[in-house]
Amino acid sequence: MTPRQRRVTLVVGILVGVSAAVALAVRAMNENVMFFFDPTQVASGEAPIDKRFRLGGMVRPGTVVREPGALEMSFVVTDFQKDVPVKYSGIVPDLFRENQGVVAHGRLGADGTFVADEILAKHDENYMPPEVARAIKDKHGGVMPVNPDVRSVPRT
Amino acid sequence: MIAELGHYALVLALLAAVTQAAFGLIGPAVGKPAWSAVARSATSAQFMLATISLGALVWAFVQNDFSVEYVASNSNSALPLLYRISAVWGAHEGSLLLWAWILAGWTLAVSWRSDGLPEGFAARVLGILGLVSIGFLLFTLATSNPFARLEPAVPDGRDLNPLLQDPALAAHPPMLYAGYVGLSVAFAFACAAMIEGRLDQTWARWTRPWTTVAWAFLTVGIALGSWWAYYELGWGGYWFWDPVENASFMPWLVGTALIHSLAVTEKRGLFKSWTLLLAILAFSLSLLGTFLVRSGVLVSVHSFAADPARGMFILIFLVMIIGGALTLYAWRAPLLRSEAGFEFTSRESFLLFNNILLVVAAAAIFAGTMAPLISDALGLGTLSVGRQYFDPVFLLPILPLLALAAVGLHSGWKRGRVTERRAAILWTLLASVLVTLLLVLGVWEGAKILTPVGFALGVWLILSPLIDPIDRWRRKLTLTPALLGMALAHASLGVFVVSITAVESYTRERDLALAVGEAGQVGEFEYRLTGLSGVEGPNYDALRGEVVVTENGKPVGVLYPEKRNYWVQRQVMTEAGIDMQLTRDVFVALGEDLGAGRWSVRAQVRPLINYVWFAAVLMALGGIWAACDRRYRREPHA
Repeated sequence: MTPRQRRVTLVVGILVGVSAAVALAVRAMNENVMFFFDPTQVASGEAPIDKRFRLGGMVRPGTVVREPGALEMSFVVTDFQKDVPVKYSGIVPDLFRENQGVVAHGRLGADGTFVADEILAKHDENYMPPEVARAIKDKHGGVMPVNPDVRSVPRT
Repeated sequence: MIAELGHYALVLALLAAVTQAAFGLIGPAVGKPAWSAVARSATSAQFMLATISLGALVWAFVQNDFSVEYVASNSNSALPLLYRISAVWGAHEGSLLLWAWILAGWTLAVSWRSDGLPEGFAARVLGILGLVSIGFLLFTLATSNPFARLEPAVPDGRDLNPLLQDPALAAHPPMLYAGYVGLSVAFAFACAAMIEGRLDQTWARWTRPWTTVAWAFLTVGIALGSWWAYYELGWGGYWFWDPVENASFMPWLVGTALIHSLAVTEKRGLFKSWTLLLAILAFSLSLLGTFLVRSGVLVSVHSFAADPARGMFILIFLVMIIGGALTLYAWRAPLLRSEAGFEFTSRESFLLFNNILLVVAAAAIFAGTMAPLISDALGLGTLSVGRQYFDPVFLLPILPLLALAAVGLHSGWKRGRVTERRAAILWTLLASVLVTLLLVLGVWEGAKILTPVGFALGVWLILSPLIDPIDRWRRKLTLTPALLGMALAHASLGVFVVSITAVESYTRERDLALAVGEAGQVGEFEYRLTGLSGVEGPNYDALRGEVVVTENGKPVGVLYPEKRNYWVQRQVMTEAGIDMQLTRDVFVALGEDLGAGRWSVRAQVRPLINYVWFAAVLMALGGIWAACDRRYRREPHA
């Protein structure tokens, strides 16, 4: 091969490699990205049934029920318009409590119960996941009904 | 008074930075290279003033001066002294000041070590660094003044976020920033070379040690953060692909590519414009990382909008630095053509592929990190990108990269062919396959698909870099620090790969529900909760569990996980109990009160996990060792 041919081969090879990488990344993103839905969207059937997604809202007071001494628990996530019951087994983050914002990862069951495999931990008691804050604000004409102090998590 | 002094010193530091930039850049342009002497003095002045400023803030924290708003928001009189000091960089304003101070320090170091550089070039480097300083000092003074007073003063502060009250996290930001800021030196060298329109092999030799040392700091900084996340967050993981982690990992990947590309530019005068582009990219990603994390854009789009002044400043500064450098690049890079060619199996082409794969990995992470922001900004819905995306798109370029590294280490420059070292390559490969078989079949069972791949690549990468130094030692040839440092860094990468493979393949974890006296089984390990008691710390009280762990009936140790309640911020924190051994960690964290006398307990056994961070530190040491090579200290003019 002449040096010119070699250079062309190299450039074409790199281009093919990079495009393959881009194609794979786009595919990976399409398949693995999780979308956020609030209880109203879930109630109106916007949320997918076959895919994992993020459910966010407030933990409705008085709905956290635990089998005494066991890891299984259930609670209700609300945006003050609609409710979604959630089931979870495992350890919830330190800041999980009633009347606080929460984000759960999981799937919607056939009976309308959200089966969570992960409850998100945030490190500040005033912190509200931004999408939760927005979802709730939207339902209330731009006003937060509770816990108005929306600020970001301090990071280092 | 002290706070005002600090503020005043910061304003003067800005003036010094302006002087440094003006004299450094204009002097050589108007044919007065001697003006560089002024730029040098300004550099010293800037560092002194920035030190006074940072010192004043430290003083305010040590003295519990709660009339300073930043101190009142991030400290408390009950906070131990170490954390009062580390609280200086515990939030936005102070960490910007730390950034500016470290930048002034690096600049001073460059001006001290620049005796060998041509005068005009040294002046331009200081000038560019001055421009970056101006940006940071202006940003601090205009939007994030840490010295602002609180009227009226409060009797006590709101305390440092309890998560940040930790020794590893006290050291994490300075290390990370030393890395971020250190990349500005390579950036300044690149800009100066583009302004002069001249880039030769001596240029690469000047730039290399600075870049390598910055990279080493960045490596240690990331490792400290990951270690902290492991034992402090109570989840037991070491990497979560969190946007904040990605923000520090992208400059690391591009910085790694830069180190390798600089080697080619130094040895062979090739890849010149690519090296420049990488130098610009690495620093741009550092800036982007700092600002994304610090402005809160990544965590919440709201905080960006909440302070439009800060957001706008960040955007303008980023556009000026990155846009300016890229414009310069588009204009000047064509002047810097590389003239030589190389063979397909030469070291040059291995390093070319190293660069492509590293940059592809960084780009994939960039896409995943930015996608939620972009989708949100365009109103396409709120989405999140997690492990399911990052794991495959990262491993895809990185696994071939590891194999290429093991082979490429034996390739020669120019016409050198790897085939000359075929025996060494094949023997190390064979040995690593054997070790892998032993590990997968003998020590551990239940491997995943990637387990043997990871072990084989890791062991290969441990053995392969050792061949050349051993060979040279036996033939009584000289062993330079550059050579040994390089071998150490690559072998540590191998250790890193082996440990990650072990952790990812063989971690056992279970959430247990235990009452005092009850026990649960995790693999061969039994966790028995033997007690729960209240304890009190300097600024918290805690419930402490006593967990006795046994392996197949033999005692392993007693762990004391805590659930802490910090008084001031009324924040509950999980403090894990960990039994560290050479071969594995036994980890336990308390969950919550489940009722009926039971507590939830997170129990994990992670093999070889400590080598993840140990390898990162070794890798950094390898870098520093290589950067100490005498080659870099010789007079470039000689």
